[in-house]
Amino acid sequence: MARLIQRGAEAEICRDRWHGRQVVVKRRVPKRYRIPEIDEALRILRTRKEAALLHEARRCGVATPVVYDVDLHDMAITMQFLDGRRVRDVIDGRGSGEQRSLCQSIGSAVGRLHRGGIVHGDLTTSNLILHGDRVYLIDFGLGEKSDGVEQRGVDMHLLMEALTAAHENPRLFGWVMEGYTATYPDADAVRRTVDDIAARGRYVVKP
Amino acid sequence: MQCLGLEGTAHTVGAGVVRDEPPFVLSNVTRMYRPMEGGIHPRDAANHHAAELLPVIRDALDDADVTPGDIDLVGFSMGPGLGPCLRTVATAARSLALHLDVPLVGVNHCIAHLEIGRALTDAHDPVLLYVSGGNTQVIAFLNGRYRVFGETLDIGIGNCLDKFGRQMDMGFPAGPRIEELARQGSRYLELPYSVKGMDVSFSGILTAALALADDMALPDVCYSLQETCFAMLTEVTERAMAHTAKDEVLLGGGVASNHRLQDMVTTMARARDARCFVPPGDLLVDNGAMIGWTALLMHRAGVSMDVASTKVRQRFRTDEVDVVWRD
Repeated sequence: MARLIQRGAEAEICRDRWHGRQVVVKRRVPKRYRIPEIDEALRILRTRKEAALLHEARRCGVATPVVYDVDLHDMAITMQFLDGRRVRDVIDGRGSGEQRSLCQSIGSAVGRLHRGGIVHGDLTTSNLILHGDRVYLIDFGLGEKSDGVEQRGVDMHLLMEALTAAHENPRLFGWVMEGYTATYPDADAVRRTVDDIAARGRYVVKP
Repeated sequence: MQCLGLEGTAHTVGAGVVRDEPPFVLSNVTRMYRPMEGGIHPRDAANHHAAELLPVIRDALDDADVTPGDIDLVGFSMGPGLGPCLRTVATAARSLALHLDVPLVGVNHCIAHLEIGRALTDAHDPVLLYVSGGNTQVIAFLNGRYRVFGETLDIGIGNCLDKFGRQMDMGFPAGPRIEELARQGSRYLELPYSVKGMDVSFSGILTAALALADDMALPDVCYSLQETCFAMLTEVTERAMAHTAKDEVLLGGGVASNHRLQDMVTTMARARDARCFVPPGDLLVDNGAMIGWTALLMHRAGVSMDVASTKVRQRFRTDEVDVVWRD
């Protein structure tokens, strides 16, 4: 029997069983605030893209849930259930040594993703799941295949904002960059782009 | 306790008298600078504010039925905004505070939009969608600060609408005219939908909409422009609500007067069992009362500024302010 476990911004996440497996079903529900022409197109695009990218990311050595089924009528993806916790919810409760190694794992996972030609598009601490001692990436609905340094910078900038806005320890992003540098060859260029994007923000005082 | 608030970050100069007990806002008077052609010229806007400030303050005092001697505190908009406008109004605020011998508090304009909404609606801890000409931000309170969870990566939504309207000879501000035309449109013409995580971008949509306007019916272009931009704003607002686990959303800024945007955000909120709050129209747009109210909150929490520390800040970020008046 399906059970709603989370209502995200664009999808409802249900736990269910599927051929004997524990799964989650991510269903992009219609958003009545936007007109059907926009809503339908976005939901199809994001569902299709997410299923493809979840799969491709695994091939790059990034932990993601296994996709079992994609239903483009219902805009639903059936995937492996991860019995873990969001990084957002666990990070503040850890000591700084543990925080550092967790952040390094996050950085190295994103580095592998970027090295494999994929950008995530919504890299917040809500979309990182700690399952066992591995960091899983979820929610690829805004992701894309890309070789550009700009999109990689946008990914890392968003992660930096999420880490600084919602968490207390100001050193978290620096530790993420340690892991990122270890797995992504062009990390320096991305780092510069992150600074660039931060400076593009409105009302930022340039150093 | 009564506070006189002065606003002057962009096109509007305003004065409002507020009191620290209901009904809070005793008066709220604004005058808007409208350029003869093109967009806002900062120097012209500042000259407008300099000319209008005295009558605006006098009207605000009269409407509130108070005399200058009844004022216990002066608040002013310290930023962000256009330098000449900020300096003109700050100068007036300083002289007034020194003359009346009362404390002076500089206020972050973006935060004032949120605080007036909290005072006058039932919102307690909302996510604010702040949409105006220059500003487009999704703001929420977390760990002692108002954090910006999402914002525009290029131009403000109001600026996007105004620039489109300017090319179509709609006059300034163009938002109300676009809203009116959009109501006559019904055919959706595809425009880029530009959401990047919790951030949005409007410059590409503006270019595409202007290109469409060359050979498509203007009402349909206006309709498509509104539907696309407002859906993006509603989406990032919902993302911030989901991310922060807050169940209230508050609207602020001139563009929030748009009924279609209000509808969309209300519909989004209902679908997630959240509530949407819209302050009265004269307090949605730039105004002095919201500045006075925020200054009052800050003053009561012990914030004090000497004249030397009231320099205006054109690039005054929302998340720089230590929000000592909230738990």
